[in-house]
Order: sequence, then structure tokens, then C-alpha cells
Amino acid sequence: MDLFEYQARDLFEKHGVPVLAGAVATTAAEAAAAAERIGGKVVVKAQVKVGGRGKAGGVKLAESAEDAREKAGAILGMDIKGHIVGKVMIAQAAPIDSEFYLAILLDRSNRTFLVMASVAGGMDIEAVAHETPEKLIKVPVNTIEGLSKAQALKIIQDAAFPADIEEKVAEVLVLLWGVFVAEDATLVEVNPLVKTTDGRVIALDGKVTLDDNAEFRHPDHEALVDHSAENALEEEAKAKNLNYVKLDGEVGVIGNGAGLVMSTLDVVAYAGEKFGGVKPANFLDIGGGASAQVMADGLSIILSDKDVKSVFVNVFGGITSCDAVANGIVQALSMLGDKANKPIVVRLDGNNVIEGRRILTEAAHPLVEQLDTMDGAAARAAELAAK
Amino acid sequence: MSIFINKQTRVLVQGMTGSEGTKHTKKMLASGTNIVGGVTPGKGGMIVEMDGHMLPVFNTVKEAVAATQADATVVFVPPKFAKSAVIDAIDAAMPLVVVITEGIPVHDTAAFFAYAQSKGVTRIIGPNCPGIITPGQSNIGIIPADITGSGPIGLVSKSGTLTYQMAYELRDIGISTAVGIGGDPIIGTTHIDCLRAFQDDPETEAIVMIGEIGGDAEERAADFIREYVTKPVVGYVAGFTAPEGKTMGHAGAIVSGSSGTAQGKKDALEAAGVRVGQTPSETARLMRAILKR
Repeated sequence: MDLFEYQARDLFEKHGVPVLAGAVATTAAEAAAAAERIGGKVVVKAQVKVGGRGKAGGVKLAESAEDAREKAGAILGMDIKGHIVGKVMIAQAAPIDSEFYLAILLDRSNRTFLVMASVAGGMDIEAVAHETPEKLIKVPVNTIEGLSKAQALKIIQDAAFPADIEEKVAEVLVLLWGVFVAEDATLVEVNPLVKTTDGRVIALDGKVTLDDNAEFRHPDHEALVDHSAENALEEEAKAKNLNYVKLDGEVGVIGNGAGLVMSTLDVVAYAGEKFGGVKPANFLDIGGGASAQVMADGLSIILSDKDVKSVFVNVFGGITSCDAVANGIVQALSMLGDKANKPIVVRLDGNNVIEGRRILTEAAHPLVEQLDTMDGAAARAAELAAK
Repeated sequence: MSIFINKQTRVLVQGMTGSEGTKHTKKMLASGTNIVGGVTPGKGGMIVEMDGHMLPVFNTVKEAVAATQADATVVFVPPKFAKSAVIDAIDAAMPLVVVITEGIPVHDTAAFFAYAQSKGVTRIIGPNCPGIITPGQSNIGIIPADITGSGPIGLVSKSGTLTYQMAYELRDIGISTAVGIGGDPIIGTTHIDCLRAFQDDPETEAIVMIGEIGGDAEERAADFIREYVTKPVVGYVAGFTAPEGKTMGHAGAIVSGSSGTAQGKKDALEAAGVRVGQTPSETARLMRAILKR
């Protein structure tokens, strides 16, 4: 889960990372009140999970609470790269002397964690990495021992931070490591980390990604979920414990196993090229079980998607046998009754496939059509969606 | 021959007394796996009957190894306890640990992987994987044993169901070993580890490599194939239609910006001489053409 800047700021504060006063607001009036509380000059910052908001006009300096009201009014509702601004952060303004970059992240390639530090702060770090790679240093962290103050200081010195702040920055880096570990983050990034004209070191903007798999030991993370950004169907699927992602095509897809479902989407899109560019409407992995209830839940979500013109159920019976899946489909259709109103192409293969196919043939549901191969079934589902 | 496991492999089941552990222990036994016992902390001393096999339960892997000479273990414990289960196995100098559990926090995986590296003895497969099978000899994990028989094709895949699909499509030719390496961001055994082992395995004639979006494991595997692998390799990559920034089922299956895309992986593999199929079935046909079967 990616956090908003204000949520990252709050987590930083909780773990002692130096931040400026800040508050989130969803209306211009709230923004004015927050600016009043903070006092003095403030910065009104669009809260969107996408880069480049400054250039898009989503960050404005406000001289007073009234000014903050006006600026927030203009920023709220803005469309930044397809993200509608629903919240702004009102942050205390700071006199900036210089800007830096710090990050700790999961390094998949090397199967460890990595600290990145740069004196080229406040810029797109990918551009820094590309154009002036010598200004970005990357140091792996021993995941068992963690990051000590001495190591942090060495990293900061190697990255050529100004000597007068290296101690303070090293302290911040250790605190960020604390955030990374304590919150089960896969990314903690501060860009920019600033030195103020009066010599303080402050995390001015932060980006944090939390590991969804670690939710069980962070009940408080649930409160950070941005439900407004979730598609209604995705929300409903989540409530039913289904692994669903809404896409923008016409063929509803149900399958078992993440890899097979991803593959099914591709095969549908590939087959769809012959039928006017028909595409998959969703990712839905019903997992190994594929009970009647799970199948009914999955089908009901897909059939309630108004973009869906046909459905492709693609199951490879591994642990689950195809007769159980076929029974699941038959029972799901009877549970759904009239709500099942779109053609359903089924491809079953693997464990006990003959019995599975026989069950579906015998049930002879008018909407259900069986094909023997994944490629053939994808083509048929695409053809039905194109009609 | 085979890679990593064979008929002699003596297998422990960590979490054997749980519902998943029990179910799959029976299936593994039925497919001929030499299961020698289980580990459940607090239940040591019990003897559990599994379809006629009397299996001892131990509190720790170390005790289990001392009593059974096990040289592999498979982990079915829930995510919360997975890290301590794997560390228990590493502390017992277990040569092979297959972690089936899905949903382990990546900080836990990073920790037990680093710990295994520091000891230098243990190979971890997974987590979030279906396991490994050498048909007719040993089956460690949840791969259905009756999908395919023994043969000359080595198979390595991030995905369980695509492993099954591919093994099934090629069932008349057969598999030397199939390894499901798992779909998490950090995994213990990579495509490269398996490619190296298949290249060195005299019984493996050709290799199918299945990848998916996220990370750069396939790109690195492509470089490795160019340098080291002389046996024919066919490939398949899932996730061409996955939108940027969305996790597609597997925790590691995510395109971030322009990195981790299916197209990038396919291009890298093809540049290394790997024939990449557009669909799983086409990939199986490419393998048939190579083996002329």
C-alpha cells in the first residue's frame, strides 16, 4: 500500500523523524483552519499518489489563512495525471537552504534492503540516477544487523553531504531505518530532505510503501487505506476475500492461481485482436479451493460489471478436481438465477477433467459453453464479447 | 537424475499437524515421497497416523534431523510463524527448505534468506510457491503428482498453476524436475539457480522457463542463459495486460513505472536466444518442435 504524503509525515513524526507542522484538509474551510492553527506562511500541497504535482500546479505557498483557503479551493478537485485531488496537506513553510535525498527500499534483485542517498535533492531521483549516477550512492543494509549510526554516518559522508549537517542527517537516516523496520515498509523515501537557513534538518516530503502481507501485525495500518480510490467492484471483491483487479475491457475473467489468471488475460487480449480489440475486463483469482460459494461470489461481481459482455472461466484442476469446480459453477448459476445473464465460456482441464466436463454438459445451462483448450476458449469468449 | 531432490530425499513436514499440513502430507506420501516425520513446536513426542504411515512429531527441526536423518523440509506453517520455522530449519543445517506458505511479510523473508546465506548450507525454495517435484521419485509441496510423468524436460516457474498447465501440456514427454520458485518479491531459489542445475543435470535435455511481471529475475536469467546454458530453453511470460502499479495476485507481480514489464522480459529472453511463446500452449508447441515430439 502506498501512503499519501500526510500519512508518511505522520508516521515519520511517530518515529521521531524531524518534520514540520502539518495537517490534512478536505475542504477549503478546513485548510484555512489548519493554516490558522499552524500560523505564518504555509504550503498547500495536493495529496495525490503520483509524481509531478508541483509542475501541475498542485503545490502553492500561502501567505495567510485566507490565502490558504483560496489556494486549497483551487487545488482541491484538480486533475493531476488522472488523479483527482480530494485532500490537501497544509504544511508549515520553511526557509530552505539546500535540498537532499534519502531512501530505504527493498532491493528485489539482490534480495536485501538498500539505502540510497544523494545531495541532488528535490529532483526526480530516476533522472539523477540516469544523468548523474555519481551523485546517487546505494549501499545494501544487512537485514539481520540493521543500520547502525556509524554505518549511516559513513553513507552520508560517502554521499558527500555538507560536513556541518552530516551528523544530523545520519541521525535522520537511522530514524528512517526505524520507520522502515517498525512499520514493515518496502519503501521509505524523503525527497527533499532539507537543511533550513537556521541549520535544522527536516524531512519535507515523504513517500512510504507498506507491505500488505504484514497487515496481521499492524492493525493500525487499516486506517491508512484510501477507500475513495478503490473501485466499487474492487471494494466488494475485497469484502468477499477475492483477489480482484478491475481492468477496462469487455471479457470477464475467472481463473485459479495468479500466474494462470495473468496468462488468461494476455491470451484473451491476444485473441481479442481478431475481434475488434476486445480486452479482459478484470483479474480474478479464486485460488485453489474454487468452492460453489467462491465461484458464485466471483461470478456475481463479474456479472455486475456493466462493461462485461462475456465471461471466461479458466480453471486448471491441480489440487482441486474439475468435478468440484464444475459443481461449483452449476451451483453458482442456480444461486445467481436471473442475475446470470451473460454468456459464459468454460475451459476445464487437469485433475478429473472428464467428470467435470460431463457435469457441465449434463447441466446444460443455456449460458454455458465449454471448450477444450485455453486458446480456443479465449477466442470464443472474445468473439461473444464483440457481438 | 533430477535436480535438488530424488528418491532418497528424506522429508520433514513443518506444520504437519495443521489442516493444510495433514492434507498435503497424505498427498505427498501417496506420490511416493519419503516423508520421515513432522515438526510442530509443543507437539513433540506424538506419533501421527497418515493413511497407514506412522510419523513421529518433533518440537524442533534439530531433534527431527537427529532422529530421522531428514535432508529436506517443507513448511506449511501460517505466515505469522513462518520465519521462526525457517530459522529453526537453518539452525539444523537443513540442506533444503521448501516454503509453501503464502503471505509472509517481506521483512521476514529477507531476514531468513540473509540468515541462510550467512550459514551457507541451506537452499530455500519459495516462499509462496507450490514446491518441487521429480515425478515418480519425490514430490515436496502441493504440486499434483499425477499431472505428468518422468521425462527429459526441466521446468522452472514463478507460478503454481502455470507449472501445472505446462507440465500437463507436455505430459506425454515428461518432466525431469519441476520447480515452482514462487511469486514473492524475495525468493530463495531463482530461475538462474534452476537453469544452472538443469544445465548440469544429464537427464534434462531441454528447459521451460516461466516468468511473470515484476522485478528483473527474467532479465537476469536471460543474461545467464547467454553465458552458461547450452541446452535449448523455451520461455513464457505472463502479465502483458497488467496495468502499471497494480499487484496481480502474487505479491511480487507488479509493474513499477517502466520496470518489470512482460514485454521487457520477453525481449530480454529472445535476445538471449530463448524462444518465447505467446500463450502457454504455443510455448508447449515450441518445446515439442525442439524435441521433435
